[in-house]
Amino acid sequence: MTRIRVGVDIGGTFTDVALDHPGGLTTAKVLTDYAQPERAILDGVVAAADAAGIDVGKIAQVIHGTTLVTNALIERKGARTAFITTEGFRDVIEMRSENRFEQYDLALELPAPLVPRKDRFTVGERMSAEGDVLLALDPAEVERLVDHVAAGNYESVAIGFMHAYANDAHEVAIFQALRARLPDLPISLSSVVSPQMRELPRFNTVIANAYVQPQVAAYLSRFVGRLRAEAIAAPVFMMHSGGGLITVETAAAQPVRLLESGPAGGAIFAAGFAEAHGISSALSFDMGGTTAKICLVEDGTPKTAKSFEVARSYRFKKGSGMTVSTPVVEMVEIGAGGGSIASLDSMTRLRVGPQSAGSEPGPACYQRGGTKPTVTDANLVLGRLDPERFAGGAIPLAPDLSAEALATHLPGFAPRDAAFGVTEMVDENMANAARVHTVENGRDIEHFTMIAFGGGAPLHACRLCEKLGIDTLLIPPGAGVGSAIGFLRAPVSYEATRGLFQRLVAFDPCAVNAMLDALEAEARAFVEAAAGGAETETLLTAFMRYAGQGWEIPVILPLRHVRAEDVPMIGAAFEEAYRKLFGRTIEGFEAEITNWSLVVATRRPPARPVPRQTGHTAAPILRTRPIYDAALRQDVAAQEVDRAAISPGQAIEGPAVIIERETSTIVTSTFRAVEQADGTLLLARKEARA
Amino acid sequence: MSPSAIDYQIMWNRLIAVVEEQATTLIRTAFSTSVREAGDLSAGLFDRQGRMMAQAVTGTPGHVNAMAESVTHFARIIGAQNTFEGDVFVTNDPWFGTGHLHDFTVVTPVFRAGRHIGYFACTAHVVDIGGRGFGPDAAEVYEEGLLIPIMKFAERGRVQALLVELIRANVRTPDQTVGDLYSLAACNEAGDRRLQAMMDEFAVDDLQGLAEYIFEASARATQDAISRVPDGTYRNHMRVDGYDFPVDLNVTLTVAGDALTADFAGTSGMSAFGVNVPEVYTRAYACYGLKCAIAPEVPNNTASLAPFRISAPEGSILAATRPAPVSVRHVIGHLVPDVVLGALHQALPDTAPAEGASALWNIQISARPINPGSGLPRREILMFNSGGTGARPALDGLSATAFPSGVSTMSVEATEHVGPIVVWRKDLREGSGGAGQHRGGLGQVIEIAPRDGYELHFNAMFDRVDHPARGRNGGGNGAAGRVELADGTALRAKGRQRIGPEARLRLSLPGGGGFGPAANRSPGAIRRDLAAGYITQEQAREIYGLKDIGDPDD
Repeated sequence: MTRIRVGVDIGGTFTDVALDHPGGLTTAKVLTDYAQPERAILDGVVAAADAAGIDVGKIAQVIHGTTLVTNALIERKGARTAFITTEGFRDVIEMRSENRFEQYDLALELPAPLVPRKDRFTVGERMSAEGDVLLALDPAEVERLVDHVAAGNYESVAIGFMHAYANDAHEVAIFQALRARLPDLPISLSSVVSPQMRELPRFNTVIANAYVQPQVAAYLSRFVGRLRAEAIAAPVFMMHSGGGLITVETAAAQPVRLLESGPAGGAIFAAGFAEAHGISSALSFDMGGTTAKICLVEDGTPKTAKSFEVARSYRFKKGSGMTVSTPVVEMVEIGAGGGSIASLDSMTRLRVGPQSAGSEPGPACYQRGGTKPTVTDANLVLGRLDPERFAGGAIPLAPDLSAEALATHLPGFAPRDAAFGVTEMVDENMANAARVHTVENGRDIEHFTMIAFGGGAPLHACRLCEKLGIDTLLIPPGAGVGSAIGFLRAPVSYEATRGLFQRLVAFDPCAVNAMLDALEAEARAFVEAAAGGAETETLLTAFMRYAGQGWEIPVILPLRHVRAEDVPMIGAAFEEAYRKLFGRTIEGFEAEITNWSLVVATRRPPARPVPRQTGHTAAPILRTRPIYDAALRQDVAAQEVDRAAISPGQAIEGPAVIIERETSTIVTSTFRAVEQADGTLLLARKEARA
Repeated sequence: MSPSAIDYQIMWNRLIAVVEEQATTLIRTAFSTSVREAGDLSAGLFDRQGRMMAQAVTGTPGHVNAMAESVTHFARIIGAQNTFEGDVFVTNDPWFGTGHLHDFTVVTPVFRAGRHIGYFACTAHVVDIGGRGFGPDAAEVYEEGLLIPIMKFAERGRVQALLVELIRANVRTPDQTVGDLYSLAACNEAGDRRLQAMMDEFAVDDLQGLAEYIFEASARATQDAISRVPDGTYRNHMRVDGYDFPVDLNVTLTVAGDALTADFAGTSGMSAFGVNVPEVYTRAYACYGLKCAIAPEVPNNTASLAPFRISAPEGSILAATRPAPVSVRHVIGHLVPDVVLGALHQALPDTAPAEGASALWNIQISARPINPGSGLPRREILMFNSGGTGARPALDGLSATAFPSGVSTMSVEATEHVGPIVVWRKDLREGSGGAGQHRGGLGQVIEIAPRDGYELHFNAMFDRVDHPARGRNGGGNGAAGRVELADGTALRAKGRQRIGPEARLRLSLPGGGGFGPAANRSPGAIRRDLAAGYITQEQAREIYGLKDIGDPDD
């Protein structure tokens, strides 16, 4: 019998619930409760269980993802934290990379560090790059340090020493000294939270962990307590940013791993459909009200990275946030959504975003006081949204307000030209971001299939495919609660990382094997705690480069003890990875390894394959109405179809609008949509391109 | 169907994405530390006449105008009749490129249906170009390394093997230097592929219509912005350290309607050392400073740069003539924006910041084994470091942040893996920001020692040691820079010096100037600065007049 499992995603506006039970999948959407998020969760879970006719006590597993950590960092609502670091490096997190992320802004402001300077303490100590002690701790100085920290009444402490990834002895010594005096104080160590080379991201990571730790631990304890009070005795797992599950205990100790868990769930949601539909190279495209997120999914697995930038303070601009090194599903996020505001710059160029009207006041057509033209307004003027059916008719849209907003703020264009320009510009911005991301990964975007979800994506995805030369597009069902559904599919996993510098010419198998053993033991312990006895798989990645380069690339290696004879194999694996990324290798350079990562994950059950239907009958047509086709630059007569009324195997020839409660799918003139057995809409180009 | 205004805007938007992608390709494949870590590169698209249509925003404003001008030299010297599909042109001529031999500019003509329609160009700083290496001590450009005149790197798709052999034989790092040339050529190719796809999509055969649209809109916006600057003549003088003598930088800024000229008449003559600046590099930094203040949102192209007319007297340190040494032209070049912004401040009192550290404190370290027979390898280590920026009319300056340069620093841990050094300190220099209603950014203190068995040699190229960044509107000066050993032994701010095995080098980087009188700073801000240690107790009392130091946490 299928176990009953529930996935819960807390987002900025809504808390989504997906309940997997023998009768199928039941979802619920409730408003997020900012004061007590767990209250909304319980409401949602109970609502879904009632709808499914299930006793909540029968739930066997609860999987939870939350934006709590991300929000705490963005809103600066964390604990009063002390940071203890190596003397001479007090200001690493304040000096950042010493550059300006916006070159032409004389009034640029850099984000303030999470821990202000007065709360950053230093102690005389130093490890070398190899982990040898260059300067030992002075016990008297350590005592004085503990005195200062104790006197400061801090709620949390982060410790980050230079080269602590190579030797953690000094961090551990400080930890013990503090622990002895302050037994209840939460303490985070960089050598535990993020043992990777490069001090700025490592310090950022340990500080972010310490900063959110008390809040997250308290929340998780309340959440679990609340479940128990409702007689839900099921084990609780947390979604982590790398796309897997960890126990609540692990999450409470390393909350920084919970960053971006919602979007990671979305990527896994897309990955599930990629696998079921037999798509080896997929581009997941999630567009909401404020931002769009793009992620590569290859062989059913979302691409991951070892660091990312959180809390960008300046128009989503690269460099304006803080880089944390924690395993993460790699995503490109740009300020493009339905609420993105259009304006003209000093060259009368049309600009869209990154400012967003959000949901309050929202686009002009919402009639809630918004006066600036947004992407949603443009879509409405172009006939892509039905004013009476938006959000199932709950929000009546006013096209005349959209037209007025466009005319007022984008003078010089005819209203339809302006509306076309707005949608085309936002599509350009998203297409450019997607193209750059695939290029950076050494891939050719034309070979990808797009999987689109989130409120805005079905409106824009087909045009995006036209721009990117993509031939196939999937619009899965349930896209409104995609992340919560994705949680249900995530494996239990843990990624252990370590900085261990190795030149291949001076490769030290003993050191590497010791490190591999430690990594595996660490990762297995966390996975065992959550899924004892389950079958697991492992993935070892070495981050490598040519000596003298500054940018490592991930190289997948077989996980086993290495011998000196393995060096040519490692070198060859690096060259193959390098060639795949950059199209060539370079003669005469030695390769080196900087960081290592080992993932242990439970084996996922394979997705049930969905045989492709090519469409043999026509879907029922509600009516025909004009929509604007961006490629043809004209209005075309589009068939309007209700998504709920389509059966598997039915086809809809573009141009068409497929409406559903939460959004509409636009099928452009060059595409054709076919309903698949699992409720997915498959859009394919009518003719293979020349 | 002829393109509409919206089409042109979309194509313009796309071009900017194309050149950014071109630049990204280069950053990820380059060997040069300064390219990949610090963004010392540029990339752009030009029309058939060599006019720049779009340029990537990278770490180096110094390349902005330099690249824009460079391609016209290629077009003129190589000539249309000698330009073939598959050609790749190259030069590192400081006067035709970006001001010193270390920067290679590679230009690839763009063809469509067999017709020459434009050029892609890119520039990157290579690891080595032979000669004396990267430093100010050469007496003539001939000593600074190999100069490749404007010529073909490849003709009709075939790389000129002879040229490659010549370069390989004349540089210390043949694989990297030649590898970077290939990276440059490949990044132009990447741009070309994207451009052709865009032209297919919009069914256009040449770039002229789009070029005219871009130039027209950019020129208009730039001229409108200049028109908003009050007419008048504004002068400024700034004295900086130089190498062999203090250098006077003088500018006269004239604004009349939508025309703006900056004339550096009265500036000192050339140095005997490599701190001289070819005029193209002066124009780049002067233009960058002015553009930040006047028209920051207009993208860089020929038409948005042209309204800023900038000149320096031939033979001055800001318009050095052949065969002057120019290797570290960035030191004086980075100080040029402070000069023009000081003049512009008289016209726009709420815009220009106070003077800052401005010139980067880059340090190239050669680690040499004390005992040559020890078998220890020699290593070269390059670090980029920044002092404080000047306070702004409504904001404090930025501490340890590059301006006008846009480069990044590298991780100390990564640097210590590159070579046998220990960086014992790299943190903010307390009390170094110029006092003021808005405080100047703090400099930083860096201490570097060799690991066991090594001694270090380094090329000093540091300014603002004798002439600190000046405050504005009554704000105090930033702290001057200092170059010394940790035991207090003074070192020179320019030229090659040795750090013995037991010694430790200490660099104290300059702070930025303050803005407005210190007496106007709010007591809250003063207390916060004191609690953080940005200012000393003595400064709080003596300069800011804080009577009751009290508990800084209150």
